[in-house]
Amino acid sequence: MPKLNLNREPMPRQAPKLRGKNFNEVALGYSAEQALAEASRCIQCPKRPCMDGCPVEVDIPDFIKAIRDGDMPEAVRILKSKNSLPGICGRVCPQESQCEAACSLAKKEAPIAIGRLERYVADWERANRQSIDSPVVPPTPTGKRVAVVGSGPASLTAAADLVKLGHGVTLFEALHVAGGVLMYGIPEFRLPKDIVQTEVDYVTSLGVELQLDSVVGKVMTIDELLNNGYHAVFLGTGAGLPMFLNIPGENLNGIYSANEFLTRVNLMKAYRFPEYDTPVKVGRKVAVIGGGNVAMDSARCALRLGAEEVYIVYRRSEVELPARREEVENAMEEGIYFKLLTNPKQMLGNEQNWVVGMECFKMELGEPDASGRRRPITIPGSEFIIDVDVVIVALGTTPNPLIAQTTPSLETTRRGTVVADEATGKTVKDKVWAGGDIVTGAATVISAMGAGRRAATSIDEYLRGQ
Amino acid sequence: MYKILLRQDLVPNIHLFKVAAPVVAKKAQPGQFVVIRIDEKGERIPLTIADWDKKEGSVTIVFMEVGTTTHRLALVEAGDFITDFIGPLGLPTHIDKLGSVVCVAGGFAVATIMPIARAMKEKGNKVISIMGARNKNLIFWEDELRSVSNQLIVTTDDGSYGRKGLVTEPLKELLEGSERIDRVIAIGPSVMMKFCALTTEPFGVKTIVSLNPIMVDGTGMCGCCRVSVGGATKFACVDGPDFDGHQVDWDLLFARQRIYIDEEKRSFEQWQSQDGVSS
Ligand SMILES: Cc1cc2nc3c(=O)[nH]c(=O)nc-3n(C[C@H](O)[C@H](O)[C@H](O)COP(=O)(O)OP(=O)(O)OC[C@H]3O[C@@H](n4cnc5c(N)ncnc54)[C@H](O)[C@@H]3O)c2cc1C
Ligand SMILES: Cc1cc2nc3c(=O)[nH]c(=O)nc-3n(C[C@H](O)[C@H](O)[C@H](O)COP(=O)(O)OP(=O)(O)OC[C@H]3O[C@@H](n4cnc5c(N)ncnc54)[C@H](O)[C@@H]3O)c2cc1C
Ligand code: SF4
Ligand code: SF4
Ligand code: FES
Repeated sequence: MPKLNLNREPMPRQAPKLRGKNFNEVALGYSAEQALAEASRCIQCPKRPCMDGCPVEVDIPDFIKAIRDGDMPEAVRILKSKNSLPGICGRVCPQESQCEAACSLAKKEAPIAIGRLERYVADWERANRQSIDSPVVPPTPTGKRVAVVGSGPASLTAAADLVKLGHGVTLFEALHVAGGVLMYGIPEFRLPKDIVQTEVDYVTSLGVELQLDSVVGKVMTIDELLNNGYHAVFLGTGAGLPMFLNIPGENLNGIYSANEFLTRVNLMKAYRFPEYDTPVKVGRKVAVIGGGNVAMDSARCALRLGAEEVYIVYRRSEVELPARREEVENAMEEGIYFKLLTNPKQMLGNEQNWVVGMECFKMELGEPDASGRRRPITIPGSEFIIDVDVVIVALGTTPNPLIAQTTPSLETTRRGTVVADEATGKTVKDKVWAGGDIVTGAATVISAMGAGRRAATSIDEYLRGQ
Repeated sequence: MYKILLRQDLVPNIHLFKVAAPVVAKKAQPGQFVVIRIDEKGERIPLTIADWDKKEGSVTIVFMEVGTTTHRLALVEAGDFITDFIGPLGLPTHIDKLGSVVCVAGGFAVATIMPIARAMKEKGNKVISIMGARNKNLIFWEDELRSVSNQLIVTTDDGSYGRKGLVTEPLKELLEGSERIDRVIAIGPSVMMKFCALTTEPFGVKTIVSLNPIMVDGTGMCGCCRVSVGGATKFACVDGPDFDGHQVDWDLLFARQRIYIDEEKRSFEQWQSQDGVSS
């Protein structure tokens, strides 16, 4: 057996000081040589443990072998047969806890950089798409119509699968742009918007009809869709309702939900104000409350918009930070300060009702709680004040109740998520499926895609059985 | 894309658009609003639905020129298109048989209160409307509002038309009068709504106001529109825009409306100097 190569090919990135001042992508992508070198490290394990770590079971060893063999069209074909959005997953999947965690070489702390290779293949395809596009054989129309609500990764996947099976598909999106969190949440420097747009365009090119500006529940209800010619409905409306801390002073000027801040910046392009007419207040000293991807993205956006000091304020310690490790490291390198074991008590404002300070408690860690992480405990009398002029609350989101409120026969949990069968996405309501964050609460792109795919299979079975 | 079917200049700085939006028209109810965006670089702004025609598939909006977006919107003509027109959003105004209802409208809100007054009248209420404007030149839809009211009182700040003074004066007289008033609905500039609520409070008459905080999505996703009502935080776009005026934290609303005052000025100046028509 050849000697194991444990030198993971590093990802070329923009220099930290440079990237802190622009919205260009941070990770630059492998060169052909790097991709080949990294692919060559894969030992093609017969048991394929890496695949167990991938929620959509990408044939990882096979696409890596194709890269090694220099057969890029084959790599694209293998990848896309399981994952319709590889350019996105390769960039934002939490690989360290999924495919790469399961790689045999993870034990030696040098798992194959599966995500980076996936991105490499997807980017190659984008650059060479025309040359490899085999003419799609149009499916035989089934005469059935499916309404897919929302246009995030769950819905895009379900829509693409269903249209390929010959069903008529309409995507209804509330916002003026399709793509869900991929468009309005995750910033340009981590996931360029033209990559998302290419994927949306691909889905419409398959024949999916896209209706933007359509708030389902307001403009029509689920029952109305079903009574107006749709044979089935898929709900992929995500978890878009921001949570706040419910502490005094939280409505002061300068306090944003991460959703608002990121929407202004990403969707409305406030970083190009006044050319684009939507403003955002950046502030000089910005505190971001929370420790997940959303918090990292908000902090790094604030930095790029010109804030002088940006803090991540998180109530547990570094090991519990729920964000992807890579993004935490990127944030630290860029100069974001981490105020760990810190929890806000109240927001302080000036006469103009503008936030000027945040009073916080110091915390310590106690016994593990239900989530398995050690529970943060307030240290009495430990209050101190952080000077701030903008605060971004990134505590998480729950599903928007709009659809549940207007669809009485749908079952929801106390957290507001829609109850659906895990294997099929079927809800308790006849002809209605759901998947993605609306079912799981805020999760990941790849799990939303997996749910979209399983629901499409189940919807197809149902429609054919009719 | 949404086509402007008809444009009317009601007064020099208040305009009416009838917009082709069949799916919105089908569902519109009194008190709801739309979010519009003129073009790719434009801001999303909320405007109340002033009227709708299901058959024609049209929705009417009335807006006043205040900043960049509304000034730019005023350059759009019949036959032109705007990129986005999203609605109907927000909860409809609660319409019921209550008895005597006073509808108070300030400025452009004469248009927004029309469907509410009409629906209240159709439900069998006695509708007394009060409309106020700064001066005679800003009065519009007097006859229209009269046609859906049992009684109409017009005020101008400078006395150039109707009664001189603010809308709160006839409102107070009505409350003091012999007739029982069951509900007041006040729509207009925030200050006017606040003073209407203060006027009715001592009389214990429930007063509904339509709050107008800054909004982005209008669907409950961002929390930009949060207001405090009865001590609880509410999102005006999904929990409102109608709220009990006696419970509203007005100072918070005023403060939050001023968040972008510097940027609004900058945007307006830049627009005027670059693309604006200065004729
Ligand atoms: C800032 C941020 C960073 C993230 N980073 C990562 C990451 O690095 N890696 C990762 O894997 N995951 C990440 N996530 C999570 C991931 O983006 C989500 O789990 C995923 O997008 C969920 O997909 P979805 O299809 O369920 O819904 P969403 O992407 O939320 O899309 C739902 C869509 O439905 C629309 N909608 C809602 N209500 C209605 C309605 N009534 N009618 C019509 N349309 C409606 C919404 O406008 C939206 O476009 C991040 C999330 C955020 C917010
Ligand atoms: C539910 C609701 C219904 C409304 N209905 C009408 C209507 O029928 N007719 C009408 O003329 N106006 C209405 N407004 C107000 C209208 O939205 C603002 O006048 C408009 O957004 C101003 O934009 P601008 O760019 O021209 O001015 P700017 O210079 O941006 O701002 C001027 C003023 O408008 C407010 N404003 C700015 N941006 C927004 C925004 N995105 N959302 C809300 N307010 C904002 C600011 O607080 C400021 O006081 C309504 C507002 C709300 C919330
Ligand atoms: S889709 Fe995500 S989890 Fe699956 S192989 Fe690709 S990067 Fe790994
Ligand atoms: S587990 Fe790792 S080394 Fe083995 S086949 Fe998968 S990627 Fe290659
Ligand atoms: S405008 Fe975004 S939540 Fe109301």
